[in-house]
Amino acid sequence: MSGYKFDPRRGAVELATDIAQGEVSAVDLTQAFFERIDLHDGAIGAFLTLDREGALARAEAVDRARAAGRELGPLAGVPIAVKDNVCTEGLATTCASRILEGYRPPYDAHVVERLNAAGAIVLGKTNLDEFAMGSTTETSALGKTVNPWDPSRVPGGSSGGSAAAVAAGFAPLALGSDTGGSVRQPGAFCGITALKPTYGRVSRYGLIAFASSLDQVGPMTRSVRDAARLFGVIAGADRRDSTCVDLPVPDYEAGIAEGVKGLRVGVLRSQVDQAQPEVRAGVEATIAWLEQAGCTVQEVELPHAGVGVSVYYLVANAEASSNLARFDGVRFGLRVPGDTLLQTYGRTRSAGFGSEVKRRILLGTYALSAGYYDAFYLRAQKVRTLIRQDFASAFERCDLLLGPTAPTIPFRLGETVDDPLALYLSDVFTVPASLAGLPAISVPSGFNEAGLPLGVQLTAPAFEEGRLLRAAAVIEEHAGVVDKLPDALR
Amino acid sequence: MTEPKISAEQVRHVALLARLEMQGDEIERLRADLDAILEHMAELEAIDIAGVEPAFHVPGLVAQLRDDEPTRSLSSEVALSAAPAVEEGAFVVPRSFSEDP
Repeated sequence: MSGYKFDPRRGAVELATDIAQGEVSAVDLTQAFFERIDLHDGAIGAFLTLDREGALARAEAVDRARAAGRELGPLAGVPIAVKDNVCTEGLATTCASRILEGYRPPYDAHVVERLNAAGAIVLGKTNLDEFAMGSTTETSALGKTVNPWDPSRVPGGSSGGSAAAVAAGFAPLALGSDTGGSVRQPGAFCGITALKPTYGRVSRYGLIAFASSLDQVGPMTRSVRDAARLFGVIAGADRRDSTCVDLPVPDYEAGIAEGVKGLRVGVLRSQVDQAQPEVRAGVEATIAWLEQAGCTVQEVELPHAGVGVSVYYLVANAEASSNLARFDGVRFGLRVPGDTLLQTYGRTRSAGFGSEVKRRILLGTYALSAGYYDAFYLRAQKVRTLIRQDFASAFERCDLLLGPTAPTIPFRLGETVDDPLALYLSDVFTVPASLAGLPAISVPSGFNEAGLPLGVQLTAPAFEEGRLLRAAAVIEEHAGVVDKLPDALR
Repeated sequence: MTEPKISAEQVRHVALLARLEMQGDEIERLRADLDAILEHMAELEAIDIAGVEPAFHVPGLVAQLRDDEPTRSLSSEVALSAAPAVEEGAFVVPRSFSEDP
């Protein structure tokens, strides 16, 4: 690595070029990131598992390919962190739960196959709220993750480990999963770009299911351009996921240059007004930047979005109660034996699941149970249709919607653990796009006076992620966040 | 004082359906949590849903089916490899019922 200066802020696109041009070897780069992780992750807790052997083997393969003059993939030699609810063959995949402690999947998730084919180097698996159920990463049964910008605060959730890894410069890229905001909100809390794709744009094969009509794997990256490249790698058809659509994948990276001139931006004024003043200020600044870049701006409303949290927590938990039924101590994971099969199920699940997971399974089971299905699950699904219709109406007049990602700055650790309902309500801005299956991105808008990152959220019609990335690129240019690292981690 | 939205009996019933064994004061704690959550969710009762279809399907999207051709799937060896108890190519579990019905 003579002459090459390792910079943890360097973007994935730049690193891929460095590798391709022989400025640095994939092995040296991978080792440099591991050294950084060894130095700093003790204080952050982003990773649950590191795969040094696997990562170095892949890095060696990239270096061999390069030396032999073979064509390199778009992420060849670039390190990435993967949320621990995404299956990685032979590498522990726990969903941050005792019920899957030590579980090693016998297969790679589709998105992991794509990463490997692109030459990316998976450094390890990141912490999350247990089974992706949470907004702070505090329900993880296997580790604690703090916000790299302020270790007394949460990184957000449920993809808090992935967000922290990128914000701390442990990898320029990460994968998270988003069901009601779990990629976007930690993105906002940690000052990085985080994209939730259109439902069906990215295969869920190998993503351990929480809510099957809502889950999506999404890129979490330092820069918008990196998000575009990573998204291009993971998006696209997969026959193993029947909800994954077979539509062509555009060149998202090249598309950024098209800019935003003439795009009609709809500001979700009532959402903006609900947010803390500092968060509001970030949205107002964003409006000015987008106007400068040639957008027109108007105010729009999503009349039913305000009850979206209730809809979401009924639908998502109902689906979760079904999806988590497979964790029964029979085929994989923890088993706490009983005298009978029923006792084994009961003891295993009680010992293996944390209280937030139990709460959600109970709520979901209740909502689906005989006598309550109509009043709860069915009613929620009908209101969900109304929310979809609200978006459709808004998109008749606008090309993009803009609002805050989260109502507040990142919470302090422990602040929300005793009030689950208050925490659910903090998802109010992210759940509507999930319920409608629409793509949405969180991009940093700046810092508050205490140096905490703030994020704004853009939503687009189905399969218009390119439009999101173009607008996000404009915001990134002005926000002044992308090149920063927390002081303690320089 | 409003009617509680959910009783301890209902929590016990739902826990049985969900195969969750509840310990001691867990039932009351969860009951109280669920009560507060369901209280909030009552806001959905005020929404006019007359004539609205439930969002069971994404309009315009059709389930992607693969060709009806046999393909390789997980071998039984691999499928059994993570199991807590295996015997003669099968998952071993306790009897379904105890001796005394």
